[in-house]
Amino acid sequence: MTPDHALIETFTEKAEAVSARIIRVASPMEAFTHAAGVCDTKQACQRLVSGCEASLSEKADALCETKQDKVMAAPNLSDTAFSDLEKICREKSIRLIKDNLHSHLAGIDIGFTWADWAIAETGTLVINSTSEDLRLSTMVSEIHMALLPVSRIKASALDLTEQLGAWMSAPADYTAFITGASRTADIERVLALGVHGPLELHILLLEDN
Amino acid sequence: MQTATTLKEYKSEVDKALNNKFQRKALDNFARAYPVARANAFAGMEIDQLIQKVADIKGQALSRLDELYAQFKANAEQKGIHVHLAADADEANRIIAAIAKNGQAKKVVKSKSMTAEETLLNHHLEAQGLEVTETDLGEWIIQLRHEGPTHMVMPAIHLSRYQVADLFSDVTGSKQETEIERLVKVARRELRQKFVEADMGVSGANFALADTATIGLTTNEGNARLVTTLPRIHVALVGLDKLLPTLADALHVNRVLPRNATGQAITSYVTWITGPNPCASGETGKKEMHIVFLDNGRRALAKDPVFSQVLRCVRCGACANVCPVYRMVGGHQLGHIYIGAIGLIATYFFHGRDKAKNLVQNCINCGACKAVCAAGIDLPGLIKEIHARIQDETDHPLSSVLLGKLLGNRSLFHTLLRTAQKAQAPVAKKNGFMRHLPLIFSKAHNFRALPAIAKFPFRDRWPVIKKTKKTARATGPRVALFAGCVQDFVYPEQLEAGVALMQHHGAALSFPMDQSCCGLPAMMMGEKSAAREVARRNILAMHGEKTDHIVTLCASCASHLKHNYPKLFADDPAMLNTVQRFADKVIAFSTFMNDVIKIPETTSASAGTKTTYHAPCHLCRGMGEKKAPGELIRKAGLDFVPAKEEETCCGFGGSFSGKFPQISSQILATKLADIKATGAELLVTECPGCVMQLRGGIEKSGMNIDVKHIAEAMVKRL
Repeated sequence: MTPDHALIETFTEKAEAVSARIIRVASPMEAFTHAAGVCDTKQACQRLVSGCEASLSEKADALCETKQDKVMAAPNLSDTAFSDLEKICREKSIRLIKDNLHSHLAGIDIGFTWADWAIAETGTLVINSTSEDLRLSTMVSEIHMALLPVSRIKASALDLTEQLGAWMSAPADYTAFITGASRTADIERVLALGVHGPLELHILLLEDN
Repeated sequence: MQTATTLKEYKSEVDKALNNKFQRKALDNFARAYPVARANAFAGMEIDQLIQKVADIKGQALSRLDELYAQFKANAEQKGIHVHLAADADEANRIIAAIAKNGQAKKVVKSKSMTAEETLLNHHLEAQGLEVTETDLGEWIIQLRHEGPTHMVMPAIHLSRYQVADLFSDVTGSKQETEIERLVKVARRELRQKFVEADMGVSGANFALADTATIGLTTNEGNARLVTTLPRIHVALVGLDKLLPTLADALHVNRVLPRNATGQAITSYVTWITGPNPCASGETGKKEMHIVFLDNGRRALAKDPVFSQVLRCVRCGACANVCPVYRMVGGHQLGHIYIGAIGLIATYFFHGRDKAKNLVQNCINCGACKAVCAAGIDLPGLIKEIHARIQDETDHPLSSVLLGKLLGNRSLFHTLLRTAQKAQAPVAKKNGFMRHLPLIFSKAHNFRALPAIAKFPFRDRWPVIKKTKKTARATGPRVALFAGCVQDFVYPEQLEAGVALMQHHGAALSFPMDQSCCGLPAMMMGEKSAAREVARRNILAMHGEKTDHIVTLCASCASHLKHNYPKLFADDPAMLNTVQRFADKVIAFSTFMNDVIKIPETTSASAGTKTTYHAPCHLCRGMGEKKAPGELIRKAGLDFVPAKEEETCCGFGGSFSGKFPQISSQILATKLADIKATGAELLVTECPGCVMQLRGGIEKSGMNIDVKHIAEAMVKRL
């Protein structure tokens, strides 16, 4: 099967329109290197840019204090992939975690995940997030990076009803459609990114065909 | 929230809102930005088909509501979800409080839910000693201010960054800057620890899928994801109307919902939750999951032949976004808890007649909401129905009864108009305006000059026209003219211009003398039986005529005759055929000239005046005629400069401008600013009501723009 370039192009255009960054990678290893590189050069706590110096109530401040190191989470990588990424992270003094995200609620720098599917029409990632650690990695991270094989891009959400229907038939399922970063326009209709979820979404497009 | 008990109290609150400068500016900006964003979001898509699909899907689901509920419940219970059905708001609140108590929960985080607003859940939970925190930024802001939302999607649209900064300074105990991005991050950090501490999360749901017992949530901030993930207990409060058979149905609805709400192709997050998911803080490592379905009148409503469509609403808020009244007064005045056109209706069903009785009168009937509704709901029609119903259930105000009686008796009505014409002599000025308003009007009505009643109504002029050769020898399409009372008695020259144009192009005209007011004013006042009676008379008046078309130069009459007459007789099989034949013949003047007569371009070489156009609501939306007037203006050789927001209401609304003069005058001021910006010397439109409003406003404001009915402008270029 040859890659559907029109579909990839639509997906890219729609995702970028909502602030997602699209990065093309030739292999998972290239994606790992990219992730570690971004983590290394980003500020230790990105919220600094916009508020860390503003004092908060005691409890909120105390929670913020719990995050000191650079932390990346990669909950749904295979064991070998995880150790590949871990090696790269170690060189840059980045702590890579796989689980127990519950003790990192103040935030992590990067949540690195696979995406199961994508929807070109809206630039959307579809991620089965039934695992709580996976779910939290995409919620409490400042940057969410998702590795997406181009073969998983569908034209519209309706093309996925069968696959998603199968997930939802399980006793428990948490399916996430993710499009761009977390956003709000609740104050004066001014767009602001990163209100409760990630401030940035990076989609690492993997040529798998 | 509606606390006003009388219309007078309500009006005084409306006046206060009109003076809220920040809100006015915010809503005006939004009203101008929204249509552009929406059009972009739907670019290249068939909007009408998508909306019809939503209407069909929701309509079918509503027709089998009980069955879908049973299916959802069975599937959910099999997966270990606790399903509850609450008959009303109180029961829903009690159920949720009991879940918290049984689960020994003390702290609750909430994501946005209009259904929880409907039941006033927070108040109830707080009264039980629970700490409840709204985590949607807008909802948190209004919670801290102890007020309700002013928009269903943007609850804090009425507040400025300065107000938010003050609020956040109080909450954090330290001074906060007013930069919006900083304020957003303050909320992020303050609320994060609320998520960490909470032991119960309450969400709403946009969809409840019966076949897999899945709930779907559409959000942008991502707070609903944390609400449904971190605390060990999750309660979803869901209106029964959110039930759909399958995921595919929800995906179809979700193609329209975000585009119509905020102009987004999709929200940042759409979350589908099925069954108790893994949760580290749960006792068993799993979430305790409850779904509380709320009836609160929905099951009965779903069976109502007229009103069941109310439940098709997907809560996109678009009906407020385009409402000219909302734009002026905001959500606290145009709703109780639910806001906008759907709010006026939902208030009656969910919160009762007392909360709805003033609100339903504050609809200008421009039809902008109906044209934009994601589920194709006939919002203005239903608002009028409820207004009439409330008057039937309580008392009809004397003024409205008298109006109904008067309109129902043509000869009495016309005699009164003739008497008024004689009585106005001392105050009638030569330019056709009244020198000052008759004493029955208050000062508030003084924003526009009102026209005097014409000395000779059109019906007195017709016998002369009838005898001319042009009338007798015409061989073109047969036209029965429907005048409407404003043109007949106030602006007969508009009808004469129209007659001259139609005759010039060969139309064979008749004017049945038994016709009277179309009855729309009675509908607007909630006098449905009077409206029916007038309609019956007009249909009979035209019945004997051998005619191909019923042409009217008043857009409001046209759309009332064409679309409301068949509805008025929907339950009268004896009349139904007659009324439908009548309605099928009704055509607006510009449509008739452009599409039936197909008039040619003028041969006149003289340069045309710089002309702009105001699209009457009942023409561009009521009759769906958006092109003909512009084409006619060009064909007449006039220099056409379209105005911004051409299709936005002028603020007349018939009896609306009498009842809410302050709102009417503000809508007019916005309209006139757009007209002025074109630099046109001539403003044309196609409705005598719009002429009255625009000409009167221009006269008062001293602008130098001539206002004409399109027929008058065209006849000059013959």
